[in-house]
Amino acid sequence: MINHLMSPNFPDFDRLTPVSSFGRAARSTGYVYRPTHVDQIAGLFRRAAAHGFTIAPRGAGRSYGDAALNGGQVVLDLQRMDRVLDWDPASGVIRVEPGVTIEQVWRHTLEDGWWPPVVPGTMRPTLGGCLGMNVHGKNNFRTGPIGEHVLAFEALLPTGEHVTCTPTHNADLFYGLISGAGLLGVFTSITLQLKHLYSGNLAVEAWATPNLAATLDDMEPLKVEADYLVGWIDGTATGRVRGRGQIHQARYLPPGADPRPAYTLSLDYQALPDTLFGLLPKSILWRFMRLGLNRPGVALVNAAKHLAARLQSPGRRHAYEQSLAAFNFLLDYIPNWQHGYGRHGLLQYQSFIPRAAAAGTFLAILELSQRRRQPSYLGVLKRHRPDLFLLSHAVDGFSLALDFPVPASPAGRADFQQMAHDFDQIVLSAGGRFYLAKDSTLTPHTAARYLGPDVLGRWQALKMRCDPGQLLQTELYRRVLAPALASASGAPPAEAPPASALVPRSADPAAAPQPSNGHRPRAPGGP
Amino acid sequence: MPASVPSVLQPIQGAVVVGASTGIGAALARRLGRAGYHLALAARRAAPLGELCAQINAEAGRPVARAYPHDVTQGTEVPALFQAILRDLGRIDLVVYSAGALLPVALSEFDYAKDRAMFEVNLLGALAWLNQAAMLFERQGSGQIVGLSSIAGERGRIGAPAYNASKAALNTYLEALRNRLARKGVHVLTVRPGFVQTEMLKHSPKSFWVISPEQAAEDIYQAIRARKQLVYSPARWRLVGLVIRHIPSAVFRRMSF
Repeated sequence: MINHLMSPNFPDFDRLTPVSSFGRAARSTGYVYRPTHVDQIAGLFRRAAAHGFTIAPRGAGRSYGDAALNGGQVVLDLQRMDRVLDWDPASGVIRVEPGVTIEQVWRHTLEDGWWPPVVPGTMRPTLGGCLGMNVHGKNNFRTGPIGEHVLAFEALLPTGEHVTCTPTHNADLFYGLISGAGLLGVFTSITLQLKHLYSGNLAVEAWATPNLAATLDDMEPLKVEADYLVGWIDGTATGRVRGRGQIHQARYLPPGADPRPAYTLSLDYQALPDTLFGLLPKSILWRFMRLGLNRPGVALVNAAKHLAARLQSPGRRHAYEQSLAAFNFLLDYIPNWQHGYGRHGLLQYQSFIPRAAAAGTFLAILELSQRRRQPSYLGVLKRHRPDLFLLSHAVDGFSLALDFPVPASPAGRADFQQMAHDFDQIVLSAGGRFYLAKDSTLTPHTAARYLGPDVLGRWQALKMRCDPGQLLQTELYRRVLAPALASASGAPPAEAPPASALVPRSADPAAAPQPSNGHRPRAPGGP
Repeated sequence: MPASVPSVLQPIQGAVVVGASTGIGAALARRLGRAGYHLALAARRAAPLGELCAQINAEAGRPVARAYPHDVTQGTEVPALFQAILRDLGRIDLVVYSAGALLPVALSEFDYAKDRAMFEVNLLGALAWLNQAAMLFERQGSGQIVGLSSIAGERGRIGAPAYNASKAALNTYLEALRNRLARKGVHVLTVRPGFVQTEMLKHSPKSFWVISPEQAAEDIYQAIRARKQLVYSPARWRLVGLVIRHIPSAVFRRMSF
């Protein structure tokens, strides 16, 4: 069989492809390999090691920053490993390859009455990516992240070792690889316990809130009764109404509440409409969004949205039923909405703050963004609880995810970078945490502080155990984690920013070409 | 200007300078280092190249430049070396070909070995490197290519037939690259310096308007920033070039110039 993954030239120049983040703010050019079989991944590990190249695993590329980029090196795109390996409608246990998406899972299982227990705001991510980032949904306060619903996974480590992990067997690898940002091993199969449903609808309640304190006060008691809970925040509102917004809470329907469960659990019922008002094709909507995605436009849209929410439910809660897909996958409602942000793209700043400090911290962040004249275009609040995974982003508290357009000018970008660093200080002083899937601006110093020396030490030990040759690397790893690990293990403190993208840095940078992963010196000119 | 802190918002630009050990290439490498680029510097002579990297890194206060000893006449090495550079820099935004050779020939000398050596350095090396750059930049839809040609490529003169021809060929190649790649978002700059105080000038006894390599490098850097397609250094050579190109052959073949 002719296998072009095994062509003699490595990496094959023809595989150079521009790769970008979901927000399109981060881009680089890497050699993209798309294996269909686990043996091909093992072969890539061997060849990359032999030629001094690193590998970045990539799913659907839905991370907002540089988590699945590897400029000039190998990008392992797992989307073609997209088979459902096993499905048991009696127990709700599904076993899939890592490139299977959330969408594929629910489309495979919904008509049997099962739904993924944790879904992010989009159905596009792959399960491998979801585990790598240990994604959460609008139900994080109840169900924890997706990792808590993984019964087992198999992974290939860069050492060539195949491992099977469960919460009790190889537990350190289980809690490390899930949340490990793809840097410890590549998932080759994932076994997930789904949730049983009695209806394809959720009972939703929505209401407007006048300011941030009221929004958080309304959300907090719901953590015991709601199944899903999410707040929208108007990032442009200032003064007494700063942090005003709208809350949506939703509950699964109990058995018998839905008169036609077979209908609401059908794929036809769950399909998101392709048109708006039955007329306007949604595929072109982002072009119109582009007209409104500027500061006055967003202020107007946000004010209108808030007014509409207040009119809809004056003094009370607007209650209705909505399909699971429509409620959960808001980000898929308008296809390619991120393109509405234009060619410079968007990025997101998400922080996770313990409950007691959340109101003050989020107000300070919103106020600072408004004072610096870089207001957020979209703010989303969620309730969380801690989990046991090694690179956890969760806290017993709230998260605020703020979307920003990327400034076009170098000066604007420098200002934004500075603002993000100032946010970091506010978050750190509140004992807050960050989420690698969303990150574009963290410094190694900030990462080292929120993760702490104990976690960094344990993660470093896992990296040495799984990937002693530093074969798995991403731009996020070189930008944030690797220098944070170096600073935590006794190197000079990371007060100063890392000196170079050439990570790990060669002791003598003037020397002849060294592989940047530093594990196999080679002659100038290469093989 | 590229930033010095790695971030998604302000990625550090990567530049390759081929023929960087001395002369205009070295001065341009220093200028690009001050502008915040990460540099891959290639040249035949490893010792001066290593020294240059050390100087640039010392001035930057951090490792920004790496040396890649390489002889541009070994064109088959280039694809693998280019991949190694792309891997080490993480991204390439600018490729400068500044390697050049001027071997003195007497007025009645017709030496194939010398002529061929000049073509290998001035033209074939440029094809080897800039084809790689073009392939990468075409795919990524961005990038800048800079070729160091010369005012000497404007006409064929009695003193340097092969040198003139190699630079004329380089001009045409760069023009073709520009026409191919402009529509793909890639920018190609042709540089035509006059007399610059470098090792090459030893063979040009009748030089005038001589500028320093630093001055030439500054002109080139500004042209890169402005995304010009042609720059003369110093600028007054543009007028000279215009005149030279229009001298009728009947006159030109009687000139000792």
